[in-house]
Amino acid sequence: MDRVVTRAGIWIFVILLAFIALMQAADSGFAVHMGIVAIAALIGLYVTVSKTDYAALARGAIMTNDPSRYDDDPIRWGVIATVFWGLAGFLVGLFIALQLAFPALNLGIEYTSFGRLRPLHTSAVIFAFGGNALIATSFYIVQRTCRARLAFPSLARFVFWGYQLFIVLAATGYVMGITEAKEYAEPEWYVDIWLTVVWVSYLAVFVGTLVKRSEPHIYVANWFYLSFIITVAMLHLVNNLSIPVSLFGSKSYALFSGVQDALTQWWYGHNAVGFFLTAGFLGMMYYFVPKQAQRPVYSYRLSIIHFWSLIFLYIWAGPHHLHYTALPDWAQTLGMVFSVMLWMPSWGGMINGLMTLNGAWDKVRSDPIIRLMVMSLAFYGMSTFEGPMMSIKSVNSLSHYTDWTIGHVHSGALGWNGMVTFAALYYLAPRLWGRTRLYSVRMVNWHFWLATVGIVFYASAMWVSGIMQGLMWREYGADGYLVNSFADTVAAMWPMYVMRAFGGLLYLSGALIMAWNIAMTIKGRLRIEPPMGETTIDPASDHPLVAGASPAAA
Amino acid sequence: MTSMTERHKKLERNVSLLGVFALLAVVVGGIVEIAPLFWIDNTIERVEGVRPYTPLELAGRNIYMREGCYNCHSQMIRPFRDEVERYGHYSLAAESMYDHPFQWGSKRTGPDLARVGNRYSDEWHVQHLTDPRSVVPESNMPTYAFLRERDLARPDMRGDLAVLTAEGVPYTQAAIDAAREDLVAQADPNADAAALRSRYAKVQVRDFDGNPERVSEMDALVAYLQMLGTLVDFDSARGQEVAR
Repeated sequence: MDRVVTRAGIWIFVILLAFIALMQAADSGFAVHMGIVAIAALIGLYVTVSKTDYAALARGAIMTNDPSRYDDDPIRWGVIATVFWGLAGFLVGLFIALQLAFPALNLGIEYTSFGRLRPLHTSAVIFAFGGNALIATSFYIVQRTCRARLAFPSLARFVFWGYQLFIVLAATGYVMGITEAKEYAEPEWYVDIWLTVVWVSYLAVFVGTLVKRSEPHIYVANWFYLSFIITVAMLHLVNNLSIPVSLFGSKSYALFSGVQDALTQWWYGHNAVGFFLTAGFLGMMYYFVPKQAQRPVYSYRLSIIHFWSLIFLYIWAGPHHLHYTALPDWAQTLGMVFSVMLWMPSWGGMINGLMTLNGAWDKVRSDPIIRLMVMSLAFYGMSTFEGPMMSIKSVNSLSHYTDWTIGHVHSGALGWNGMVTFAALYYLAPRLWGRTRLYSVRMVNWHFWLATVGIVFYASAMWVSGIMQGLMWREYGADGYLVNSFADTVAAMWPMYVMRAFGGLLYLSGALIMAWNIAMTIKGRLRIEPPMGETTIDPASDHPLVAGASPAAA
Repeated sequence: MTSMTERHKKLERNVSLLGVFALLAVVVGGIVEIAPLFWIDNTIERVEGVRPYTPLELAGRNIYMREGCYNCHSQMIRPFRDEVERYGHYSLAAESMYDHPFQWGSKRTGPDLARVGNRYSDEWHVQHLTDPRSVVPESNMPTYAFLRERDLARPDMRGDLAVLTAEGVPYTQAAIDAAREDLVAQADPNADAAALRSRYAKVQVRDFDGNPERVSEMDALVAYLQMLGTLVDFDSARGQEVAR
């Protein structure tokens, strides 16, 4: 009972604080955000008070979960949240892709302009879709590979819901124009502080579970998750250092300026890719690929070498985002050299993943989840080759500022991160809800092809548009003057923008099929369909040829 | 090689060791690359003319950030023949030394803006922001007509200047105290702008949005765009550059 009262007290305190901040707010955006916090706390209070089993409390019974089962509630919520935010992020992505081709879709109002929706798209797919996938799978994997239940179960629930609040505050902030204007680190100071609290709790739950493990060794997937959580904390704290103008206002000014701020930002930005989208997702790969293929990880030694070299080298690669800028040359060159070296540990991970399928390659034909994983690793290998190539200064002089970069990011994000996440979700759904199999395995196959073809359209459109624009900018005529005005290059890219949007539409359609498939799996339905990959039985052709009887023999 | 895997087993069995080593591995790169930028003197070579933003320019810059202009426009001209001919002298580190945060950008869906100041008239900017395709038919930029209809939400920039001063931008106390008056004076052709001019070299004082009755968000944004890249006098430095 004390516990319930204490919790209700905390909720009421939060509601009061949020209400005071709302009344004092220096700008309307901050007021809206404090209103959202108050509503979130109100929901928390309602759940605390209404979901308590008072009769059990009166009998003195203490509610405990079954210790012989893993603590999977936050993971089930995480699977649903991942699907939801994925759809939201892909949809906004498709919309802003269409805005570039048809600017009337900006609708002339501030809330729907490209400049505000683009951060909404990037944050929704990286932090909402990717982040929820990482938190859910890390909680799933750390329990299984440690043979232990989650440490601090209440804190684990706080991590899930606290992270959703972070997403809502960040997303509504972008639409209202609350931003620090640093790519992938746009949320303002108070949202950053909130994320820090949630992230430290996440670290506590994860490390706490590792500490109470029953297995003597920490499995390789957990090395990657641990490194991802620690490094993201460091990056987030340093890159978001800023001083607010008012404690009750959203506006703050970044602590660093100019060239120092630029390198800090891209040290953060590149390692958001390196640790959020690579190390974390490699953790996912190291558990689900061996599990689904039912084969052990190819090489233990390779996993050690590529883990340490990957995390050590990645951090240095940031300056390749600032080639030929006012950043000192020595830093640019250092960044380029380390980016090229990074190719090797990246391919180490790809090789370790793909070779795990040794002896199980036939499953690529029969199991569409394996197919998703293989394609995901293939895209990982392609984009981690393309990245070092683009970080070479002479290549970068052409590719920088163009759509080539956008294409590169998407072959990594849609191909590697998206597909390995889809595979993980398909793996998790029947297991978490206790179903014998997915609602439909054939729909997974449809999803696979829609996603693959979508990425091909997307990436090739962006290659053409990026390289074309880069070449047009630097094209000189026989008279020694620049040939193209900037507007000429914009006009030339129109067909590619339409093609890119079509690729995005295919990718979104695949995700919609997945959402239906997972929803039906949760409901416990099984689609009646022939199993995949089996050789068909045709009794009609199963007979000897009799001379003269068959017209073909004549 | 067995010894390597054997020794690694120590890390695999100890969460704290694994965490500490993982942190050490990622700390090195940042320290070696970023920290020296703060103490190597020639990272930013001082240039004559660079000054902090006026309150109105700063308000305009905040609108530039709020609308996410950095998503499509860079402010960093690279030292290539085509870029220098298209946009002007390549950007110097000193030109963004008071930019908290920097706005160099990473993508040119639209052109670079580092030296867009004084290239077009105020009327062109207002017309372009209101309806981009009326002046550039190929443009895919969103329309920002609403900027004209709105007063600045926070016309009192004293707190903003104070925060920037704490972060190392050299505003004088007098500049901070007069932030409110300076902001209004810059957009009002009839105001006495002598104090403003004495504080901020090369400041452009006029009504920017075509409506002298009010200080709109359009005033602030156009004031910011019109000063971009105008502070350093590259013509006077040309002789030295050639000599080198």
